[in-house]
Amino acid sequence: MSSLSVRHLISIKDLQTEDLQLIFNTADQFKEILNRPIKKVPSLRDITIANIFFENSTRTRISFELAEKRLSADVVNFSSSSSSVKKGETLLDTVNNILAMKVDMVVMRHQSPGAPVFLSRHIDANIINAGDGTHEHPTQGLLDAYSIREQLGKQRNGEAPTDFKGMKVAIIGDILHSRVALSNIHCLQKLGAEVLVCGPPTLIPHFVETLGVRVTYNIKEALMWCDAANILRIQLERQDIKFFPSLREYALYFGVNKELLDSIGKDIIIMHPGPINRGVEITSDVADSGQSIILQQVENGVAIRMAVLYLLAGRKEVS
Amino acid sequence: MQSRVILDSTKFALTIERLCHQLIENHGDFSNSCIIGLQPRGVFLSNRIVQRLEILLGGKRPLYGLLDATFHRDDFRRTEKPLVPGKTVIDFPIEGKRVILIDDVFYTGRTVRSGLDALLDFGRPAAIELLVLVDRRYSRHVPISPDYTGKTIDAVMYEKVRVEWTENGGKDEVWIIPFKMVS
Repeated sequence: MSSLSVRHLISIKDLQTEDLQLIFNTADQFKEILNRPIKKVPSLRDITIANIFFENSTRTRISFELAEKRLSADVVNFSSSSSSVKKGETLLDTVNNILAMKVDMVVMRHQSPGAPVFLSRHIDANIINAGDGTHEHPTQGLLDAYSIREQLGKQRNGEAPTDFKGMKVAIIGDILHSRVALSNIHCLQKLGAEVLVCGPPTLIPHFVETLGVRVTYNIKEALMWCDAANILRIQLERQDIKFFPSLREYALYFGVNKELLDSIGKDIIIMHPGPINRGVEITSDVADSGQSIILQQVENGVAIRMAVLYLLAGRKEVS
Repeated sequence: MQSRVILDSTKFALTIERLCHQLIENHGDFSNSCIIGLQPRGVFLSNRIVQRLEILLGGKRPLYGLLDATFHRDDFRRTEKPLVPGKTVIDFPIEGKRVILIDDVFYTGRTVRSGLDALLDFGRPAAIELLVLVDRRYSRHVPISPDYTGKTIDAVMYEKVRVEWTENGGKDEVWIIPFKMVS
C-alpha cells in the first residue's frame, strides 16, 4: 500500500491498519531527515498550509509548524484570540476566507467535537484535525503509538514491530475529557494491542467497555498489568463541575510516583502527551526517569506530522 | 519487437570488475572518497561494487552510504501513485569528500538530479562523480552525464531497460524489453 485511504485526517477511527503502517514507515524516513545537518526537504514547496487554532496550544502548534517548514511548505498561522472570530464571524466563513487566499491544507484545533468533519464536508482543502474538543487528537495517537513502536524496536535490536500483538497499554487519568485517550484507544487497538483505562470512576466515561477496553479504578493494578502507561493530564479547563474532591487527593490515589513504580517489580514505558502537571498525575522523579519517553514523544511528533502532511499532500489532485 | 539480453552474466561480472578498477585508478585507497548508492535500485550495484572493492583494496572497506531522494523528486503530486520513500543511511560526514554516486540505469537523469540535491543536504563534498551500469544515450532531460559507465546503449522510448540481480531473484543480466511486455 502506498497511499492513504483517506483525504483528511479527522480521526484514527477512520483509518485502516495499513494506513497506520504507511504513516509509521514514512515517519521513519523523516526521522532520519531530522538528524541531518540540513533538516529540510523540498517536497511541499508548492503547498500552502493554514494552522487554525481556536484553542490554546504550544506543543502541537509548534510541532505542526516545524513539520510544515521542514517540508518547505508555506505556513500561515491563525489563532482565534487575535482574529475576527471575536467579532462574530462563523467558522465556515473564517475558513472560506482563508481558503480564498489559495490555501491547500488546513490544520485545525477547535473546542467543539466534530468541527473538522463539518469543515471537511464544506470545503475543498485537505483537513488535519489537531484536536477537536473531547473527541480525537489523531496525530497525538499516532505519535504515541509510534513512540511505543520505536521503544519496542530498540528492545528487538532495531527491528520495529509491524503490529502490537501481546502489547498491553494502560491509559491513566482523565479519560472523560481526553481526546488523546480516544485516539490512543483506536490506534493501539487497530495495531493489535490490548488497552486498559484507569482513573477515578467519575472521570471514566460510561460504556467505555463497549470500545473493547478494560477498566480499573486501581492505579497499582493498572501499572502491574501494562507494558506501557500513558498518563494523561487532568483537564481542569473542561471540567465545569467537581469530579474529585481535590488535586491533592487525586495525586494521592492516581498520581504515579517512583515508590509506586518501583513496587510493581518490572520496567514499564512511561508516556505523557503533555503538558505535565508535575506532582499531580506524575511526579518529577518519574517524568524525568530513564523509563520515561516523554521527550522522545515530542521529537517523534514532528516526524509523524511530516509523514501525515506528506502523505495527504502527495495524492494527485492538481492537473 | 522481442526482448533481448544486452549484458549476459559473464559480461555483467566483467563490467563490474572493470568499473571497480576504474574507480581505484581515480580514487586510490579511497581514503578521501566515499560511495553512495541511490535507492532503490542503485543499491544492488553499489553493494556489489563495495564488496568487490573491499577485496581489491585488501580488506579495507570504503565509506559506504545509501541515499533516498524521494523527497527531492520533481514529480511529487504529479504521478498517479504517491512516491514512497526508501531508507537513507549515511553515517559519516561527506563534507570535503569525493563522492561516487551509483545508480543502475541512467535514463532521463531526473533521479540523479534529485539525488544530487538530496546529497548536498549532508554537507559540501569536494566533488561528486556518477557511476552507472547502463547509460541510455540521447534521452536526457537534464544536462548531467556519467563519469563511469558499464555499458552505453541506444534504446528507443517504448523500450525499457531492466537490470536483474541474483539478490533480486534474477540472474545478473541486463535486458531490453518492449514496453507492453513489462508487467
